[in-house]
Amino acid sequence: MIELLSANQYFFILLTLVSFAIGSLIQKKWKYAILNPLLIGAVLVVLTLSLLGIPNSTYQAGCYLLNYLLTPATICLAISFYEQFQAMKKHIGAILVSLGMGTICCLGSLYLMCRMAGLDRVLTLSLLPKSITTAIGVALSEEIGGIAAITSASIVVTGILANIAGPTLCKLLKIHDPIAQGVSFGTAGHVIGTSRAAEMSELAGAVSSFALTCTGIFTCIVLSLTAQFL
Amino acid sequence: MKFLHQFLLIMLFSFLGELLHSLIPLPIPASIYGMVLVFAALSLKIIKPQAVRDAGSFLVSILPVLFVAPIVSLMDCWDIIRPHLVPILVILIVSTFLCFAVCGWTAQFFIKKKQEGKNND
Repeated sequence: MIELLSANQYFFILLTLVSFAIGSLIQKKWKYAILNPLLIGAVLVVLTLSLLGIPNSTYQAGCYLLNYLLTPATICLAISFYEQFQAMKKHIGAILVSLGMGTICCLGSLYLMCRMAGLDRVLTLSLLPKSITTAIGVALSEEIGGIAAITSASIVVTGILANIAGPTLCKLLKIHDPIAQGVSFGTAGHVIGTSRAAEMSELAGAVSSFALTCTGIFTCIVLSLTAQFL
Repeated sequence: MKFLHQFLLIMLFSFLGELLHSLIPLPIPASIYGMVLVFAALSLKIIKPQAVRDAGSFLVSILPVLFVAPIVSLMDCWDIIRPHLVPILVILIVSTFLCFAVCGWTAQFFIKKKQEGKNND
């Protein structure tokens, strides 16, 4: 039975889609941001694999098609960015400076806290790309010597944190400008944060997808230059 | 045919991104090059937004599903993380909120300053 399932190339994609769909339904029903479809989906997949005794490597091999779509799908983020570009053009300086400051603070505080907590180098390098989108973060993590799975998990946790706490943080910190909100969501919470920014306003969503791209590029440059000294 | 043409263009940009990634010796992923190329092609009016919009919004809408598999890989390195779980979570929370605050405040500061400058003119 399990061999039959493992050999079927559609089983793992179906499992992924069904788990994600259940996650979406649960979130629709209870509306708590912590019930993130991605998180529930991943937990359901892990539970199913553990129950059936199927190793992760078999699952990953079965999901190859989904991994192939990551690059084209990430590239398409540029389309909505282009369409909203006119609206934010005059604030481009403010956006770039603030996302640069945010990224530096994020990386600096992360590195200091990792040292204080006594985490080893590999774990630190795996956590550093946590504020950029998975497609970029995983590739970067492998490049600088981190563990891709830890990076992708911390990326998702970070995104969910920004998604859940973002609107409250905006209120508490008095960040009312939609452009400033977009920079915060995109720089701190990449794609998952952007989805919440897009719910708040179209402009915030567009700025957020712009900010997450720039943050991705900026983090790549900073970490590829500094990782060897960390 | 509409979707065929749109997917063709998106695959072309993915191909070019991957090509640049293998030619340029920098740790910058193919998707970044692809995004820059798509933006450049749209800005220089080489392609119109309508030429990629429908297939593009489909792919963007399924992005979250594509991240399920990378997270499931955590199964394999759970033993490395488990002893450090609490510090890792604290670190993630503090750095994310700090980043959020710094970005928002800085951006709002500059935007307000610009608007005030305009009002004074």
